[in-house]
Parts: sequence; structure tokens; C-alpha cells
Amino acid sequence: MLALDHIGKTYPNGVRALDGVTLTVAPGEIVAIVGGSGCGKSTLLRAVSGLDRPSSGTVTLDGTAITAPHEKIGIVFQEPRLLPWLSVAHNVGFGLEDRPKPERNARVKAQLDRVGLTDKATVWPRELSGGQAQRVAIARAFVTRPEVLLLDEPFSALDAFTRADLQDHLLDVWADAKPTLVIVTHDVDEALALADRIIVMRARPGRLYEEIVTDLPRPRDRQSAAFDFAKRRVLAALDRSLDRKVATDDGETKTSAGAALWW
Amino acid sequence: MSVEANSTPVPREAAPRRRADVAASVQRLALALAVPVVLAIGWELVVRAGWSDGRLMPPPSRIWQEFEDLSRNGELLRHTLATLARVAVGFGLGTAAGTILGALAGYSSLTRRLIDPTLQGLRAVPSIAWIPLFILWLGIFETSKVALIAVGVFFPVYLGVMAAILSVDRKIVEVGRAFRLSGFAMVRRILLPAVLPAYVVSLRAGLGLGWMFVIAAEFMGASEGLGYLLIDGQQLGKPAEIVAAILAFAVLGKVTDALVAITAAPFLRWEDAFGAQHGAA
Repeated sequence: MLALDHIGKTYPNGVRALDGVTLTVAPGEIVAIVGGSGCGKSTLLRAVSGLDRPSSGTVTLDGTAITAPHEKIGIVFQEPRLLPWLSVAHNVGFGLEDRPKPERNARVKAQLDRVGLTDKATVWPRELSGGQAQRVAIARAFVTRPEVLLLDEPFSALDAFTRADLQDHLLDVWADAKPTLVIVTHDVDEALALADRIIVMRARPGRLYEEIVTDLPRPRDRQSAAFDFAKRRVLAALDRSLDRKVATDDGETKTSAGAALWW
Repeated sequence: MSVEANSTPVPREAAPRRRADVAASVQRLALALAVPVVLAIGWELVVRAGWSDGRLMPPPSRIWQEFEDLSRNGELLRHTLATLARVAVGFGLGTAAGTILGALAGYSSLTRRLIDPTLQGLRAVPSIAWIPLFILWLGIFETSKVALIAVGVFFPVYLGVMAAILSVDRKIVEVGRAFRLSGFAMVRRILLPAVLPAYVVSLRAGLGLGWMFVIAAEFMGASEGLGYLLIDGQQLGKPAEIVAAILAFAVLGKVTDALVAITAAPFLRWEDAFGAQHGAA
């Protein structure tokens, strides 16, 4: 169980990026965090990862306080951040240095297989497309079998087709060991396609604002009415989080305005 | 499946491609040699035709003759080895000191604030200015010469390593942190490979300065070495000997530089750089 207890983060310049964020995430749960820009969602993720320390509050994983990067917590960044001097296979195996070579090779091979890049094992990262590189980054994070995987806008730099493709890849790989996923995104469709629970954040100071349980069956049909209904709820919550006045109770006007403007 | 998965892989190391590579490198060599060869033949013809006596600028045949004479009595080998040994030891010492101090200054900001201002101050001193002091301290024999070369090599290597470490992408370092690397593991697995391309460049710059300073060192009173040959040729009025020594320097400088580049090349194949596609070597 991942538990955040009254996380606050104040930057040296006095900006309160986070204030009193309390959240528990059950093992195997997929939580998406959405919110307007500057609402502190990336700051929150970095505090959970241990890369940054919160100014107040604690992050615990199964009762252990997280104060530095932890072996049970993996992270995927917005950019693939592959090491250009290592082949794709060595990039995937980067976190397995301490394992015996046969085990490392087998796990790398299996993981590359899972993201469909077996034939790219020996190439340099520079030879990959953006989508392929992010798949390698996902494989690198999953290969160490983390209990919690944090994803910071992992697909935001990709085109729409590749993005949907990678979301499917992510769910597919997730299904193997079902780690906890916390995914920060500004794409409502992405949050709905992936998450069991969607947290809407509010800025200045960054805090949790509303929580929406998606409750959609998997695999999710992005064209279904239930999906569309859930999307409207999330967009409405986003509008409220930004104090945006919604003139009528007409759902259609509300969502189209929200979809265009909220982020 | 995604669209990108359907793209056909480009065949690597295909045979026809290799033949084209060989042809391209032959053409490159021919282009590189065209200017010096034409100039040399031209001067040879001018002297043969009697338009110049070639006393101050001897024609290639006379320089070749000088090379043969120097080779026959073993002088060329003796002088070359003496110079090479000085450069090798000085380069080794300067590189070691420059790498260690540069890495410390790049990695730890406390060390940088402590030593960098002093070293930058010393760097501003023209290295030839050290010669009198080194002779007083270390005598007129090998030690002072090697010290001068080491000083020349030290600064570009120190500066190159420090700047390279400081400019390593924060995002890549964060990947190392996310995998709980710190201290030596961070240096070995992230920083070192990341700075390698810049390090090779600074080594080559350092080596170039090493060759420059070996002459200065040998001018300050040597009984052997290519620098001694230059002085000897000047004092005895033998321009062919001077030109022969200069050519020997050119060849040695180019060969040692190429050795560094070739040794490093296998470690830099991953580079995704402009030069990699445009045949810079």
C-alpha cells in the first residue's frame, strides 16, 4: 500500500507547490492524476519517487518511509531518457546490474518481447522512433518488477495513434504483475483509458480537489457511452477546479468548452 | 500493432555498401594528399630546372636524402625516440593530473570553488614562462622538460573534463538517481560514458599542446630529440635537416593523434552527432 500523508512542498522562492496532499493507493490500483498546469502534479510524483523530498508530510510504501529513490518504486519520465551509449537491451537491463548475467539476459529478453521490440535489442537508442524509445523506457521500468510505477506524462510527446498504442502496451505489460500505477497526465482520455480512479488537482497551492472512480470494464471501449459519461464528469470536475463558470446545465456545451480550454 | 513496427529494417553491413565505403575513403585520401604532393613536385621541378638553387628551401629529393642519411646512422631513430619518450611521459602525467582534478572539480562544487580559481589563474600564465623556474627547480635534464610538457597537457584536459562533467544532462543523471546510483557507481555508469566524447577531444587538444611544448623544452638545451635537430640545423646552416625534423614532427603528431582517435572510436559508436554522418574523423 502506497500512502501519502499530508505532503507539502514549498520551494525556496516561497511558492507552495503542494499543500496537505493525503492519498492512499491500493496494491495493483491504477490512479491517474490530472489538473491544470502548475497544479503540482509532477511535483507530487517526484516526491513519491524520492527524487525530491517534500517539505512536510511523509510518503510510505508498505510502512517504509520513502526519502530517497527506492528499489520497489520505478519511474517513467515524459522523455524516454535512454542512455545513448547503451544498446536497447543494455538500457532495459540497466537496473539489473546486480543480478547474475543469465537471469538479467532472460528478463531483458522477456521484457523486450512484451513491448514488441525483440528485433531492436542490439540497436542504439538513436535508431529508435519516439514511440519505440518510450516503449524501451517502459520496459526498463518494468523489468525490475517494481511494486509501484510512477509515470510522469509518459506519452504526452507522442502523436495520437502512437499514444493510444502505448496505452494499450502499458496495460498489457501491467497485467503481468499488476503493480500499482500512478500516472500524471493532462490527457483526460488517457486517464480514462487507464485508471481505476482519477484524482483532479487544484493549483495554488497544489492539492487534491476531486476524486472520480471510473468503474469502467476492461478492456475499455473509448467510443462507449459510459466512457463518454465518465469523461464529462472529469471535465466538469476540471472546470470546477479552475473556478470556471459553467453557464448552463447543458452537458454538451460544458464538455466542449472544458475539453478545449481546461489545460 | 503500431505503424512503426511495419517498417522494414535497413540491412546493416551489406557487402556493396562496404565496397562503396572503400572507394569513398580512397577518394578522400587522394583529395587530402593532392595539395602537398602537387606543391612538392612543383618545387622539385623548379629546382631541377635551375630557377632556384634550393639552398634555403631544399627540394623534396634533398630532404629525402637527409632522411636517408639520418636513418642510416641511426640518428633519426635516436632523436625521434627521445622526443617521443618525453611527450609520452609528459602526456601521461598531464592527462592523469588533469583527469583527476578535472573530475573532482566537476563532481564536487566545493572542490571546484577551492581549486578552480587558482588553476584558472595559473592557466593564464604562458607555459613557456615556467621554463626558467623549472630549470632552477628541476635541473636542465629530463625532469624539467617532462614537467613543462605535463603542464601544457594538463590545462586542456582539466578544463575539458570539468566542463564536460558540468554539462552532463541533468535528466540523464536523474535516471541514475532513480536507479539508486551514487558516488562511484554514478561516475562509472552515467558520468564517465556521458563525458567520453568531450574527454577524447580534450585528450587530443592536450596531445597537440604536448607536441608544441616538447619543442620548447628541447630548445632549452637538449643533446638529443627532434627539437635539438632543429637547433642543430639552424646553427650549422642545414635547412634540409630542419625541414626533415619538421616533417618528422608532422608525421608523429598526426600519427599519435590518429592513435588516440582510433583507440576511442569503438567507445563512441553510439554518438548521434552531425559529424558521424559527414565523415569527420
